[in-house]
Amino acid sequence: MAYNEKVLDHYENPRNVGSMDKGDATVGTGMVGAPACGDVMRLQIQVGESGIIEDAKFKTYGCGSAIASSSLLTEWVKGKTIEEAAQIKNTDIADELALPPVKVHCSVLAEDAIKAAVSDYKSKQGDSE
Amino acid sequence: MSRPIYMDYAATTPADPRVSKKMSEYLDIDGIYGNAASRSHIYGWQAEEAIEAARKQVAELVNCDPREVVLTSGATESDNLAIKGVAHFYEKKGKHIVTSKIEHKAVLDSCRQLEREGYEVSYLEPDSNGVISPDAVKAAIRDDTTLVSLMHVNNEIGAINDIAAIGEITREKGVLFHVDGAQSAGKIDIDLDTLKVDLMSFSAHKMYGPKGMGVLYVQRKPRVRLEAQMHGGGHERGMRSGTLATHQIVGMGEAFRIAKEDFDADHAHISALRKRLWDGFSDMEAVTVNGDYDHSVPGILNISFAYVEGESLMMAFKNIAVSSGSACTSASLEPSYVLRAIGLSDEMAHSSIRFSIGRFTKEAEIDQIIAEVRYAVNKLREISPLWDMYKDGIDLDSVEWAAH
Ligand SMILES: Cc1ncc(COP(=O)(O)O)c(C=O)c1O
Repeated sequence: MAYNEKVLDHYENPRNVGSMDKGDATVGTGMVGAPACGDVMRLQIQVGESGIIEDAKFKTYGCGSAIASSSLLTEWVKGKTIEEAAQIKNTDIADELALPPVKVHCSVLAEDAIKAAVSDYKSKQGDSE
Repeated sequence: MSRPIYMDYAATTPADPRVSKKMSEYLDIDGIYGNAASRSHIYGWQAEEAIEAARKQVAELVNCDPREVVLTSGATESDNLAIKGVAHFYEKKGKHIVTSKIEHKAVLDSCRQLEREGYEVSYLEPDSNGVISPDAVKAAIRDDTTLVSLMHVNNEIGAINDIAAIGEITREKGVLFHVDGAQSAGKIDIDLDTLKVDLMSFSAHKMYGPKGMGVLYVQRKPRVRLEAQMHGGGHERGMRSGTLATHQIVGMGEAFRIAKEDFDADHAHISALRKRLWDGFSDMEAVTVNGDYDHSVPGILNISFAYVEGESLMMAFKNIAVSSGSACTSASLEPSYVLRAIGLSDEMAHSSIRFSIGRFTKEAEIDQIIAEVRYAVNKLREISPLWDMYKDGIDLDSVEWAAH
């Protein structure tokens, strides 16, 4: 099986790899997947006052498509509001990366990751208000 | 285009140049292309002579009578013929078969078919090294058992079963014993004259012969009977019909001959390379050998690089052709059933790579592989959240993962 060029590009030059302080109230963390299933994604977003995502970081354990899906996602969410980011669909990611059917679950995981990160951020805001 | 370093000899081997040269003499108009079943002219006689010589070469490696060599299209067919052929033939005696959980699919799926036909199959559990204990075999045999089918060497981890000890048990109990020797021939000494093995499968393409060619050894004394699966002109004493593929057969014969001649040299070469490979990884953190390094065939080294996923690793190995225990590409997300059966967690199975070394592997290639693998593992660990957690001292088993 040959890999799609965009998948390869993200895999080889993953964007926005890293970690943020989980305890920071302006950071939302989403960790989804399970080691037993062969993929775990951790997506973190840094949200500014106006609700705009100023920075995003990820780390992923998984196949090349999982790494590419999360890397792409970090590029897409930056500059979006948290509401807009939560609207990102797995099909957008799958289309952009031309994922084959057996890899669609990687894009589903990425969608779950951003939703989880947004909801973590919101719950932190809720707590502090 | 330069191709990656081939480290997948357990999947298949290139043909030895001596094999391909020999094969080419049995195909075209200037060669020996006759049908061995043609009794009326020299074309047939020459083909028959070549085939009988090859049969003898096969027999010499494993110390059996050439008349016990039934030619097939590969170990898959041999396994099917042995298992279904024996089960059907001895149906009146009973309908119970004993095998293990870590057999090749050719064995497991033949057993599944028998289950659909109303047979019962017991699947023995291996120990943590992938070995089936003779005592477990003994305990599983019942009055209605007709066949025990086990592999000699496991294709994923190289574990070796004690077929001598198991043969003593099956012979004493009056049960037939089939061994899948696809991964052992040419790698371990096999003496069918002393082993109490009744049927044994071999595959030419795992030992530098052509693909699509194999053997089922069917013992003559005591005589083993089986029901043919392929019906037709009555070739191979009625056990397997079909015009004999002369070029394939002479190629296999040559491969078996070379395997015997080069046995010690191959073993020494491959053992030294495997040691070199493992020495190149053994100082790394959280890296483990799957199976028992000291009691396995030297050609196979199965390693889990914890906290990185096997498929992404393979993607990082631009210059290495290997296989992984992570079955992420298949429709199911299930990792290798062999690694699971020897007790690996799913994540360790997902993180496994099988390196398999062969006759044509070079020392410089091993060194290049070590460098490339170390680089890739480090790079992927840097982007792995699991590696972070491990480094932070978090026990991954204590985390509640959202299964999906
Ligand atoms: C243990 C074992 N049995 C059977 C087979 C099937 O052999 P063949 O490819 O000759 O059908 C293989 C190889 O894939 C094997 O490793």
